[in-house]
Amino acid sequence: MTMAIPSFTVETRTRASMLTAIAVIALLLLAFAAPFIVSRGVIQDLFFILTMLVLAQNWNLLAGYAGLISVGQQAFVGFGAYTMFGAVILFGVDPVVAILIAGLFSVALAIPTAFFTFRLYGPYFAIGTWVVAEVVRLLLAQWKALGGGTGTSLPREATREMIGVNMMRDFFGMKASEAGDALTYWLALILVVATVGFIYGLLRSKQGLGLAAVRDNEQAARAVGVDARRMKTLVYLATAFITGTCGALIYVQKARISPDAAFSVTDWTAYVIFIVVIGGIGTIEGPILGVIIFSCCRTCWPISAPGIC
Amino acid sequence: MALLETRGLTAAYGDFQALFGVDITVGAGETIAIIGANGAGKTTLMRSISGVLANAPASILYRDEPIGALLAPDILSRGIAMVPEGRKLFPSLSVEENLQIGKYGRKVDGPWTLDSIFALFPILKERRNNPATALSGGQQQMVAIGRGLMSNPEVLLCDEISLGLAPVVVRDIYAAFPSIRETGASIVIVEQDIAQALKVADRVYCMMEGRVTLTGRSSDLSRDDIHKAYFGTEHHELA
Amino acid sequence: MNWLDTILQGVLLGGLYALFAAGLSLVFGIMRLVNLAHGDMIVLAAFLILVLVTTLGLNPFIAALIAMPLMFAIGWALQYFLLNRTLGKDILPPLLVTFGLSIVIQNGLLESFSADSRRVFAGSLESASVNLGPVTAGIMPLMTFFSAVTVIVCLNQLIYRTSVGRAFRATSDDPVTAGLMGIRPQRIFAMATGLAMVVVTIAALYLGTRANFDPTSGPS
Repeated sequence: MTMAIPSFTVETRTRASMLTAIAVIALLLLAFAAPFIVSRGVIQDLFFILTMLVLAQNWNLLAGYAGLISVGQQAFVGFGAYTMFGAVILFGVDPVVAILIAGLFSVALAIPTAFFTFRLYGPYFAIGTWVVAEVVRLLLAQWKALGGGTGTSLPREATREMIGVNMMRDFFGMKASEAGDALTYWLALILVVATVGFIYGLLRSKQGLGLAAVRDNEQAARAVGVDARRMKTLVYLATAFITGTCGALIYVQKARISPDAAFSVTDWTAYVIFIVVIGGIGTIEGPILGVIIFSCCRTCWPISAPGIC
Repeated sequence: MALLETRGLTAAYGDFQALFGVDITVGAGETIAIIGANGAGKTTLMRSISGVLANAPASILYRDEPIGALLAPDILSRGIAMVPEGRKLFPSLSVEENLQIGKYGRKVDGPWTLDSIFALFPILKERRNNPATALSGGQQQMVAIGRGLMSNPEVLLCDEISLGLAPVVVRDIYAAFPSIRETGASIVIVEQDIAQALKVADRVYCMMEGRVTLTGRSSDLSRDDIHKAYFGTEHHELA
Repeated sequence: MNWLDTILQGVLLGGLYALFAAGLSLVFGIMRLVNLAHGDMIVLAAFLILVLVTTLGLNPFIAALIAMPLMFAIGWALQYFLLNRTLGKDILPPLLVTFGLSIVIQNGLLESFSADSRRVFAGSLESASVNLGPVTAGIMPLMTFFSAVTVIVCLNQLIYRTSVGRAFRATSDDPVTAGLMGIRPQRIFAMATGLAMVVVTIAALYLGTRANFDPTSGPS
């Protein structure tokens, strides 16, 4: 009896994937050119969408890939934002540099946080992360130099004299406020590309395979030698960095902060979970699709009630 | 007249069909044993009768009433109690509380009370206030049987009560069965331990791959017949 | 004796938080349901008491007594018809649904009562206080504290001494096997949430008389 041995060929660069890659690059170029094409209002909307996408990708990495369902990611948004405000107001650091500092400080916050919350499992972890976010909010609301419970604003000159703003004024003849919006928009776009690139790379690596194994069956993954705890910690710290950076960036653009807004569970976690779940949890495309649906919903049914949005 | 009967019972987990037309009858006061290897469908049969799987509307009859679509609490209130596979005691409850909760859904006066169960399994009285999971496997099985009896059922379904227990412990547990039979209850025992099952049962059903392959009075069945029905050599020759 | 006073006020305030937590913990303990709308439920109950006080001119304590069975019914129905469908191995569906519920309640209250801060007035009780040697304590904080202790003792008795309490614990351990005992987990869950809403009403009474509240004060 003869057996037909099927011959497999694995192609990673097919015509379709080439076309997709070209389309993505074209779309990115278009996105980079957007500040010259569309109005300032549209740029602000796009900025919002991009930052929500970054948060969604991060939450998706946490929940969809590492199985860490957190409802406390607003801790890092708020902490990153406050770090940026502190660096700018108290030490006169340039906001753009302060964004990176905010990311690093968020990791510094994530280390002790992980120490506590990783002892918890499932729903306990979810509640634990929320508690951490509330504690950080309450502590920062005590910080009088940054406005205490009522909050504070970025000094006008700080945002006007950000790295790049002057250059953009000279090169493109933009007004300072226009240049500021364009700059934060570009930074958000870079952050989106970096985040998606990072997650894509991580999932295709050996670590990504380990991560998928841990999510599907933690005990079995441990049995074959995947260090589940290390993988989860790595993901948790990485998302803390990106979430903190994103939080700082959002508040460079908003230029006004208050503890309740910066640590809002609805804005920075509930909406983000909505985006991920609607789009499809555990996929990279999911949050992208989700954020499109989310922004369509917001445009169609604007929320007018105070305190909710 | 049959007290409990299944007629062409089928059951499936999604695409996987576990039972293919099973016919079983249990008379009043009768003890029957269902034997078979792992995966024969014994536990699925028990889960269907007890209402854990409620998807066979017309094919299970109790006192000539179809009960296949009823949920577990309704089945219990009609007088069919189950001792589930793996004992499934409640870890947050003490031994006594585990027994008490057995009559939550059916409070019927009868031979079985906390005292008579303590008389049947004296060790449980000593350990009544311990958490149920602090007991040895055999003692836990006694609690599970006692819990099933607390509702004074007319049919007691026992799923794999010897599973994972030492032979000497199994013997102790089966020593209680004559007292249970004396009260007039029907008993359905699912067992992999064939010798034990034949000793207590009036009649035996042997199952394989979701079908009944052999049935008869315990005393009439030859070792050879059971061997064939259990391991399926005969079955494959026919097929 | 300033520090002693601070400690006393802290302990008494702790009573209010214990009341907030008791309902949440009852629901979480029995069905592992993280109810993110719990705070909004408290505010909802506070508005219910407020309506009873302002429209019928009732004493807040009587109003709370009337609100209790209403809130029990709301909790029961909410659990039986909505939240039971979200329970399962995955903890995400209940989180999402209760997040949504929180937003629905907040906006519902905003539509009906506007964003103004409200308060339930408890008359002369509010300013009354008793001398406890070196320190004085307000009557309302004291009542809050003792209500919290009473609620927790009662819940404890219910869970550890009664047949329903046994069913609560058994269902929490293993709903499928509990079904074999004649327990209907769906109804047990509904009853637990109903009970939690009664505790929520008590918490709302003290929250509403202690401080201002508005439709969005739930989450904090």
